[in-house]
Amino acid sequence: MGLLSDPNRRRALISLLTRLNAPICGMPVDWLVKTMQARGLEVFTQRFSRTLPFPDENNERYIVEGTNVYGILRAPRAPRTEALVLSAPCSPGDDNNQAVGLLLGLAHYFRNQVFWAKDIIFLVNEHDLIGMQAWLEGYHHTNTTGMDWSPLQGRGGSIQAALSLELSSDVVTSLDIVLEGLNGQLPNLDLANLFYAFCQKIGVLCTIQGRIQRNDWDSVSGYSHAVQTMMLMVMKQASGRSWGDHGLFLRYHIEAATIKGINSFRQYKTDATTVGRLLEGMYRKLNNLLERLHQSYFFYLMPSLSHFVSIGYYMPAFGLLAVILLLRALDLWVQLATPPSRNEDGVADIEQSSTGVLSVLTPLVISHLTGAALYMLPVRFQEMAVEHFQVSETEAVVLTAIAVYTGGLALPHNTHRLISGEGTEQGWRVLKLVAVLYLAVLLGCTALINFSLGFILALTLVPVASFVTPHVPKLLSAVVLVILSPAFTLLFSVFIFQELQEMPVSFQDGWMLYLSVISQGILDHYLYGSLVYPLIALMVYPCWLLFWNILFWK
Amino acid sequence: TFYIEPLKINKLGVRASDTFVLTPTPQPKDDFQEELVIRPLHSGDIYASFQFRTLWETDFMRENKVSHYRLFPKSLGQVISKFSVRELHISFTQGYWRTMQWGQPFLPSPPGAELWVWFQDSVTDVDAAWKELTNVLSGIFCASLNFIDSTNTVQPSASFKPLGIVNETDHRFLRYATLPREIVCTENLTPWKKLLPCGSKAGLAVLLKSEKLFHSSFFSQTVHIRPVCQDRECKTTSWELRQTLNVVFDLHTSGQGKREWSLFKMFSRTLTEACPLASSSKIYIDVTDNPQEEYFELSPATPLLSQAVVLGDRRTFSVYDLTQQVTFGTVRSLNLLIRWKSTEGECSMLRPLLHAERYVAGYGLQTGEIHTVMYNNHPFRSFPVLLLDSVPWYLRLYIHTLTVTSKGKDNTPSYIHYQPSKDRMRPHLLEMLVQLPPHSVTEVTVQFERALLKWTEYTPDPNHGFYVGSSVISALVPSSVAMDTNITQEQPLFSSFFPCKEESSYFVRVYTEPLLVNLPTPDFSMPYNVICLTCTVVAVGYGSLYNLLTRSFQIEEPNPRLAKKIANFIRRIRGVPLLS
Repeated sequence: MGLLSDPNRRRALISLLTRLNAPICGMPVDWLVKTMQARGLEVFTQRFSRTLPFPDENNERYIVEGTNVYGILRAPRAPRTEALVLSAPCSPGDDNNQAVGLLLGLAHYFRNQVFWAKDIIFLVNEHDLIGMQAWLEGYHHTNTTGMDWSPLQGRGGSIQAALSLELSSDVVTSLDIVLEGLNGQLPNLDLANLFYAFCQKIGVLCTIQGRIQRNDWDSVSGYSHAVQTMMLMVMKQASGRSWGDHGLFLRYHIEAATIKGINSFRQYKTDATTVGRLLEGMYRKLNNLLERLHQSYFFYLMPSLSHFVSIGYYMPAFGLLAVILLLRALDLWVQLATPPSRNEDGVADIEQSSTGVLSVLTPLVISHLTGAALYMLPVRFQEMAVEHFQVSETEAVVLTAIAVYTGGLALPHNTHRLISGEGTEQGWRVLKLVAVLYLAVLLGCTALINFSLGFILALTLVPVASFVTPHVPKLLSAVVLVILSPAFTLLFSVFIFQELQEMPVSFQDGWMLYLSVISQGILDHYLYGSLVYPLIALMVYPCWLLFWNILFWK
Repeated sequence: TFYIEPLKINKLGVRASDTFVLTPTPQPKDDFQEELVIRPLHSGDIYASFQFRTLWETDFMRENKVSHYRLFPKSLGQVISKFSVRELHISFTQGYWRTMQWGQPFLPSPPGAELWVWFQDSVTDVDAAWKELTNVLSGIFCASLNFIDSTNTVQPSASFKPLGIVNETDHRFLRYATLPREIVCTENLTPWKKLLPCGSKAGLAVLLKSEKLFHSSFFSQTVHIRPVCQDRECKTTSWELRQTLNVVFDLHTSGQGKREWSLFKMFSRTLTEACPLASSSKIYIDVTDNPQEEYFELSPATPLLSQAVVLGDRRTFSVYDLTQQVTFGTVRSLNLLIRWKSTEGECSMLRPLLHAERYVAGYGLQTGEIHTVMYNNHPFRSFPVLLLDSVPWYLRLYIHTLTVTSKGKDNTPSYIHYQPSKDRMRPHLLEMLVQLPPHSVTEVTVQFERALLKWTEYTPDPNHGFYVGSSVISALVPSSVAMDTNITQEQPLFSSFFPCKEESSYFVRVYTEPLLVNLPTPDFSMPYNVICLTCTVVAVGYGSLYNLLTRSFQIEEPNPRLAKKIANFIRRIRGVPLLS
């Protein structure tokens, strides 16, 4: 491949990179438009604005306004039906200038080639994910999140694949590929294979989850290294967030990944030319595709870049967990079906069954109402919370969420106040049967869509579901139940994730991180349509409350 | 001798009876003209348009068949008379015309193949004639036109009017089909060149070398056959065969980024002569933007200038007449060179008066929405456009969701012709007349549901997606200069294709891009896996068990073999002890 082999092009790229290294206030829209036009692309811009439901303290933004700039390289003699996307986020204060420079250099080089069969869209998006969301919604003319954007003028047909480029520092020693997308969706495994194959060919150090692959699979340390890498992937996938700009493409059935340049202060350095050659290779391969990537797996976990665990291997693990629930349900069903010895006349039976229905329905309704409150209240009542307490909006939202969550623990008392008379032995069994089946269906569906999330929830909720009865020791069980509740699962996950990333935190920092993770989760839902927060609030938490209710059955 | 004799018979047979006596100066019965227009484009690219026209004053429909052909290709003449064709238009295009960068083409065509035919009203079974005709044309042009069947053929009611002499416009006799997936290459160019009287041996056609033509941004070749008037009163009619070839060369890939174009650089050939059979052979270079040669210079220079009204604009052309020997100069070869004085290319986009784009909105594999966006960039005039959409049946259009909005308000079409699809039988046809307000964007949206195909109906590459042909926008766009309505006046060929009936507007046809839509696709590797698994289970598991259960075991008596029997027989004769 001849990219940048001739000195003129190399000089052009260097001058671009120097220009971009100068401090820039905001995104240089006009300059980008002019530069892309000079390279023979059709250039368009898109303005967008979005007011967040509450301020995002991690990224320090509340009212976001920006412009996306994209240039389309029209493939010769192609009818504008297929396109590939190369994007680089560019935000004020963000140092992704290297990536933008490389993108422009590639645009210049690609423009002079004759072999393109698909249009190539070079996109520079402002405000990373928000800009990308605006551009994708504009391109597909959908509006799922209530963002304001100006309609796009130029298109290239159906997008076949996309790569997002992030080079955060001037020096790159290794390249990392990020696959986890919104709601735990993953791109086709062939995209990762393509990246790995070209890294091997060109001789670039490549990683996944920022961890280098080791060859000693047999040894204990090598095995645990791979397991840790895979657990990182499970954690990231379970979070349901988009771990790079690529994550939003997956909703539109566009295979996408983010390539990150990492400076880990090693001896061997990778220059921009090498990264350019890698991208050129990948785009030429993608350009040659006759069909969308579909031959390989969409459901996989990766212990290293060269190995994967397919759905056929990991699903049985979940299946075994779910079987516990089904067996427990069967057991309860059999217990309910055997006629109780003390009731012999039919009249009492009928009475009991009517109270049974009520005793099941009331906790179900109340726990779901609590869930709905958990979903609605934090964002709705942030202003009121800010007025009454001396906290910022973000804190208000998170603390309201925690307060509603904790408040829900008083559910058994509320339920019992509504049900007249005492709960019966039969009553809790029926309720538990319903709850166990509910949990089984819920976890089953979740695991099909986002395996990691389903699996982590199953790990914590299945023990709860199987042991809880009103007859176990109350205090001990209550403590166990709370520790295995979704909120604590999240807390533990935060610590484990930090531990796996080899960045352990103190409890204080961990708690702060936990609060910010909650706010991020809520924001992800409102900004990009992530489904984890509504799933937890509207389904998983009410389900857990049912078990809590059974424990305190009177 | 073989050549001249039938000509004499023909002369006696036709001319003696009617026009020969009336017209004092006998006109040639057939006539061939060739022409090349080169337009340097705004973006630095260059547009070359070849036009070849054969006129023949004959009647293909009369009782005794036309048997002698001179300039007109026999293969097409036979097609016209056999299928009673009144008008035939085919185009093969590779690439999409970029209106925003290149302006309007002289003759628009959609990506892929397009075919529309008007049959004579004497044809009784139009569908049968159409089916046979597409198969014949498929053979003539080496193209997949045989894939045209009832599922992609429509009968537009208003968008495709006859371009020649109009007697009757009952759209029962019209058939229109596109194949957006058709890939055009040299095998389509070769038969097209063979239709020319000089082939590619002489004249402008020597420039048509495929290695250069297919190294371009856009390539389109067309054939148009229609009856036209010979004079103003239309006393005599003749058949016109017009072959055009349009190609755009890219500044960056073909031109190596240098704004300097020559015939040799574009076509890797130079011109040495006109086609000897041609009555006129000219090259036009568009120099409207360059009146004083301030931007580019032409060499060799030509004193001839010509003006023509093209697409609502008066353009100036430098003309090279190839029938004059002086054009070729002393080297007896013409290599036109256009050299720019500054290398700076303009890169801003054009704002053509009318342009359109189309895309599929939404996500997921169940539903979607087709958006067609039409731009009227005229500052103060509104004009009506006819929109034609032909959508395959497997996208089930919800016609109740059809909306037309301009400037944020509903825009009610004054005419809508909708023919619903029938599964596996015919496509949707939607035609409507929409008024585009001045300086506005009009958006037509309609929702659809993706059908689940039968498993044999998928193409071999189902994950590539399914094509939906371009929508066609036909419009009379207000013209800034008075159009030429006199059809008999001598005009360059490129400006005389669409008949012009009024001075204030001109006809434009705009094609949008085709769409590529993914349908829900089963995993086709699964049946294979299932078959393999089942076969293995049957063969290994069931087979061995069945074998064990049904086999009867018995002890086999040792049976002496033939050789041993013979040996023992001989031994018995000899009296030697037998073998055991």
